[in-house]
Amino acid sequence: MADEMDEMMEGGEIKKLMYMTRTAPYGTVYALEALEVVLIGAAFEQDVCMVFADDGLFQLKKGQNTEATGMKNFSPTYRALEMYDVEKLYVEKESMDARGMTEDDFIVDVEVKTSDELTSMMEDMDIVLNF
Amino acid sequence: MLHTINKSPYTKNSLDTCLRMAKEGSAILLIEDGVYAALTGSEITSTVETAMKKHTFYALSADLEARGIQDRVIDGIKVVDYAGFVDLAAENSGVQSWL
Repeated sequence: MADEMDEMMEGGEIKKLMYMTRTAPYGTVYALEALEVVLIGAAFEQDVCMVFADDGLFQLKKGQNTEATGMKNFSPTYRALEMYDVEKLYVEKESMDARGMTEDDFIVDVEVKTSDELTSMMEDMDIVLNF
Repeated sequence: MLHTINKSPYTKNSLDTCLRMAKEGSAILLIEDGVYAALTGSEITSTVETAMKKHTFYALSADLEARGIQDRVIDGIKVVDYAGFVDLAAENSGVQSWL
């Protein structure tokens, strides 16, 4: 991954970059770490998209309230992605349907994509980073 | 016996294995990412509803709220707070934590 980041910083060429996130928000730290990487990576001004697949889409669930657990609710931060020019947010349809979720459940506007659609998008990327 | 499940049913088979081995009449408490098994309208719902005929299901309110799914819990799952968790641990003969 370090090599990929070095590559990104070299030259002025804009790369197509996909962040694939597949973990639920609080059980592990992966989701929060992914979000932080995306926000930091935004400084490199690449052509970025984020894919929420499997339990990753639970990161975007509306109405999270972590008060009783004593953890930090980082879900409002997804609303800030737009300001960092991370505007292409995709949710995999198959994952969404399996979990009984709909587009209305999410804290930000997303585009729902089938796994077939994501297949071709992935092929079109220069770099795919997984969390 | 009290069984606790703390992993999402979509990423680990803890719930399935628990349901296979738990004695009829057990208490099953969903905590942490395990609370995603409590979601209504999902592909896991029917598994849980079938298991609810044999076992009593509970889900921890703090973890449901953190994940924003407190309004989407399958009817019949009892929502408990941390004090309720303690009561369940005290009432039952033992605690089996499926990790």
